[in-house]
Amino acid sequence: MINYASREINCKLVYYGPGLGGKTTNLEYIYSKVAPDTRGKMVSLATETERTLFFDFLPVDLGTVRGFKTRFHLYTVPGQVYYNASRKLILKGVDGIVFVADSQIERMEANIESMQNLYDNMAQYGYDLTKIPFVVQYNKRDLPNAAPIKDLQGALNPGWPVEDPAKQKPTADPFRPGEQVVFDVDGAWVERAPYFESVAVTGDGVFDTLKAIAKLVLKTLS
Amino acid sequence: MTGAGTWSLGESDHQRITELLHGLLHECSARCALLVDRTGQLLAQAGEQLQFDPTAFASLTAADFSANDQLAKMIGEAEFASLFHQGEKESMYLADVARRVILVVLFDERTTVGLVRLRVRRTVLDLSKVFEELFSRYASGRQPQRPLLEGADDEIDKLFGD
Repeated sequence: MINYASREINCKLVYYGPGLGGKTTNLEYIYSKVAPDTRGKMVSLATETERTLFFDFLPVDLGTVRGFKTRFHLYTVPGQVYYNASRKLILKGVDGIVFVADSQIERMEANIESMQNLYDNMAQYGYDLTKIPFVVQYNKRDLPNAAPIKDLQGALNPGWPVEDPAKQKPTADPFRPGEQVVFDVDGAWVERAPYFESVAVTGDGVFDTLKAIAKLVLKTLS
Repeated sequence: MTGAGTWSLGESDHQRITELLHGLLHECSARCALLVDRTGQLLAQAGEQLQFDPTAFASLTAADFSANDQLAKMIGEAEFASLFHQGEKESMYLADVARRVILVVLFDERTTVGLVRLRVRRTVLDLSKVFEELFSRYASGRQPQRPLLEGADDEIDKLFGD
């Protein structure tokens, strides 16, 4: 939402993914590292055991473009399967999505279920995940039982068909030199979301992910 | 439209909206009025200086309204067009505007919920006209003419240190 009166560009980013995957930890790390004058209050609607009940919310300012202050409203959703009603509400009006996957092999099914749920909930609002800024973050890369990136990519981010002939060409991944986000698979053009590896508890990859999704969202306005 | 919630609020619309909020406060002696969009972003405010974080407040307002919307559907109502939260000293009244925006009025013992409700009803009609006109401009493609950040790729790259 662009507010010409207050000279602000407000964007809504949603961190989605399975329960205990690290969505809230991403926001907590950002909150702890961003200068207090560039962030607002962090709000967490959580249960007594600190599981997200409705959402976490953190507003951050990332700077000024064309004289407009860029304000990003970061939300997490409750990851637990039975909170779908509230999870869906948070997607309303979303400008960009970060899917936080849990890299542990044992959580593969939960990741897949959550990704499917994201596609379903977006579709119910009439939003197309393949057309809005979307990145995948593979969290908990430090754990010994973390699945290989190749397996996670194959299961969660295999890509979607590129129908537009103008886009059917190799396109470099802006965040991974040497890799492509649009590529040819046996004669069929496929696009995948950019991805990042992270260890949210130590902050590794957290800002890379945030900067990437924020940049993709602002580029939709350029 | 790329982002799911992309739209903009121009200065003249903002001024008109703020005038309506000031008019409402004058008529019902409430402390302040805020306008929040359904995605949780604060659009405008009028009245006393807020003693809390308005951004967090706007986010929670949208969540509150959305959750109640779903509760309404569960009991067979299309919506709860308004909500009232009563405190010991401070209370708030929330009303839907054109299904896109929420009007929030904060008031204390200097007025009554009856008067607030009465005045809000008319302000909602006036605000609805402003927003319906604003959104119809979008639907008809009359606005926006050009993307705000057109040609600003370098500036965006610089912002992120690339």
